Amino acid sequence: MRHFYFDHNATAPLSAAARASLVACLDEVYGNASSIHHFGQAAKQKLEMARRQVAARLGAKPKEIVFVSGGTEADNLALRGIVAPGQHVVTSTIEHPAVLNTCAALGVDVTYVAADSSGLVDPGDVARALRPNTALVSVIHANNELGTVQPIAEIARIARDAGAYFHSDGVQAFGKIPVDVNALGVDLYSISGHKIGAPKGIGALYVREGTPLRAIASGGHHERERRPGTENVPGAVALGIAAETADWTSVAALRDRLESGILARIASASLNGARAERIPNTSNIRFDAIEGEALLISLDLRGFAVSSGAACSSGAVEPSHVLIAIGLTREQARSSIRFSLGPENTEEQVDALIEAVADSVRHLRRISTEVPAHA
Amino acid sequence: MPDPTSHDKPIVVAMSGGLDSSTVAAMLVREGHQIVGMTMQLWNQRRLPELATDKTTGRCCSTDDVYDARHVAEQIAIPYYVVNFEEEFEEHVVAPFVEEYLAGRTPIPCTLCNNFIKFDRFLDMADSVGAGQIATGHYARVTRHPETGRYELRTAADASKDQTYFLFGLTQTQLARCLFPLGDKQKTEVRALARDLGLAVAEKGESYEICFVPNGDYAAFMDAYLREQGTAPKEMKGEIVTADGRSLGEHTGVHHFTIGQRKGLGIATGEPLYVIATDPASQQVTVGSGNALLRSTLVAKEVNWISWSGLTAPARARVKIRNRHLAAPATLYPLDGGPVEVRFDEPQRAVTPGQGAVFYDGDLVLGGGWIE
Repeated sequence: MRHFYFDHNATAPLSAAARASLVACLDEVYGNASSIHHFGQAAKQKLEMARRQVAARLGAKPKEIVFVSGGTEADNLALRGIVAPGQHVVTSTIEHPAVLNTCAALGVDVTYVAADSSGLVDPGDVARALRPNTALVSVIHANNELGTVQPIAEIARIARDAGAYFHSDGVQAFGKIPVDVNALGVDLYSISGHKIGAPKGIGALYVREGTPLRAIASGGHHERERRPGTENVPGAVALGIAAETADWTSVAALRDRLESGILARIASASLNGARAERIPNTSNIRFDAIEGEALLISLDLRGFAVSSGAACSSGAVEPSHVLIAIGLTREQARSSIRFSLGPENTEEQVDALIEAVADSVRHLRRISTEVPAHA
Repeated sequence: MPDPTSHDKPIVVAMSGGLDSSTVAAMLVREGHQIVGMTMQLWNQRRLPELATDKTTGRCCSTDDVYDARHVAEQIAIPYYVVNFEEEFEEHVVAPFVEEYLAGRTPIPCTLCNNFIKFDRFLDMADSVGAGQIATGHYARVTRHPETGRYELRTAADASKDQTYFLFGLTQTQLARCLFPLGDKQKTEVRALARDLGLAVAEKGESYEICFVPNGDYAAFMDAYLREQGTAPKEMKGEIVTADGRSLGEHTGVHHFTIGQRKGLGIATGEPLYVIATDPASQQVTVGSGNALLRSTLVAKEVNWISWSGLTAPARARVKIRNRHLAAPATLYPLDGGPVEVRFDEPQRAVTPGQGAVFYDGDLVLGGGWIE
């Protein structure tokens, strides 16, 4: 059976360009970027080239880029590296667990600003949540489950006017929509390689020049004293190439084809979150009276990979906290499926997915109206 | 054995990560069936952290068991999923388990889980993904009556592993779609087969505990659960008394006691004392000698008939009143509205409300109900 991939917000396949740069680097550049000799210099050159490529895609200066292991570490570094005991943090209820759970672990007061039913955070709510001791405001740029793009520029301005630093988790936005750290006005911005065609294990934190970020691990002097540990040069090189080459503009048409196909074919199906302000690849659809977990497994057995909710440690599905946060009932959250497309998907795959979803939903609705086995 | 006409549809195997269900999955794959493995996530082990132990397997949804199930699925190359029934499990198994104990009865969560989760919600999930049947590692056999076509449940070939006591709630619709491939096997054969197949769990031990209760300490579980729910009764203490009303001491709630219990009474007397009755209303626990535990009759309610379609006249059977009980000869009398009165030939020790009374004729499971 052929398997088709519609779960790019979980992770995306390695892009051909990133792969070529990665393999070449693994084969040829094995020096330690901190070493003084020829081999070290070769590695350092590759690392700095990658830093310039990532910076260019963000409209940042190369020295403002700190390479880390991925989005989760970038979020941890931003939050733990800025906030001190006794301070206050403002974030939203629709953050990724990397931000939510780090906020909870900071040991300081945290205000969680709610998103509305369309999945958008109101900048006015952020303004009202600020306190004199607010050190940091962190709001996700594009939500991973809904794809909704937050009014980051406005929120950042409010935060910085109040003297707080502003961080955004840009893991789902970077590479998919234009990101300019100066236009957005962010102080800190997290990105991850594997969401846009680089391998797992590489990411970066943008740190605006002058932001007093402390390292959160101790060790050597790497990354301008901000992130100790021998640099992952092949990963950084692949991230640099992915940052330079990622092009998701064509994905919007595929996503729209999928969305309108499903909504036209299937009754009692509706879109979760705003339609307009979204990254181009994400569609979160609710199928009334359907168990999302059963639909996910049915689709997987037919060769289509999608997602529903969040995976807990065993791998079972839990209702999405994001969908609950925008006002869906647990039942509605459990009946929702996230489709996240990528540049390698085709119209034929999308059409086949629409057929499979329609067929699976029809089957699930038919059996759910039958007399239950335990009568 | 599976109906040959259903070969085109996959069979879903309920995989716990243990030896038995892993072997079932591997056997069915070897027989050429299309198999999907699923593990039920039933209870969040991060809840009730005060009960945490260092023991990591043999408890439901322990991460280690899921890893084992996943490893076996990888070995036999089948699709594998963990399905989340936490909410249903709490509603249909954990909450009633706690309520029953508070009401002075001794529940069997495994039967509730079989009735409401494994052979209901799990079967629904199998339906959902287009499977015709489910298979489990239960030691029991299903046959069909040659004339009536009725599905019959029979005890396992390995009497020491027989699990039919926990399956008395199964309906005809459920039995029609369940496979118990281990029913005609000895446990030693199953382990040998698992070794033969090179399964990662071939040397794994067994668990006999209630899966969501750490260390078998159900009273500690109940106390923690009631605290978490904020529903702990204010006053949970009472007296331990003898049948003639003599007070022997105090206790911290009737749910700490079950009929027939001898240990843990916290009182020292010359002759061995047993719990004879518990009364949740007065919180009184009555104790007495072993002979005081003997009962000749019981009433079974919510009776489910399996191999028989019902009972209209008194009939002879052997009746089992707890899993480790040797089925005892008795006569079954139908009562108005469906309950069954069981009159044993010889009095039986510790007839315990909340447990099942399961009726047998030889290896045939006729049906069963809950002891009032």
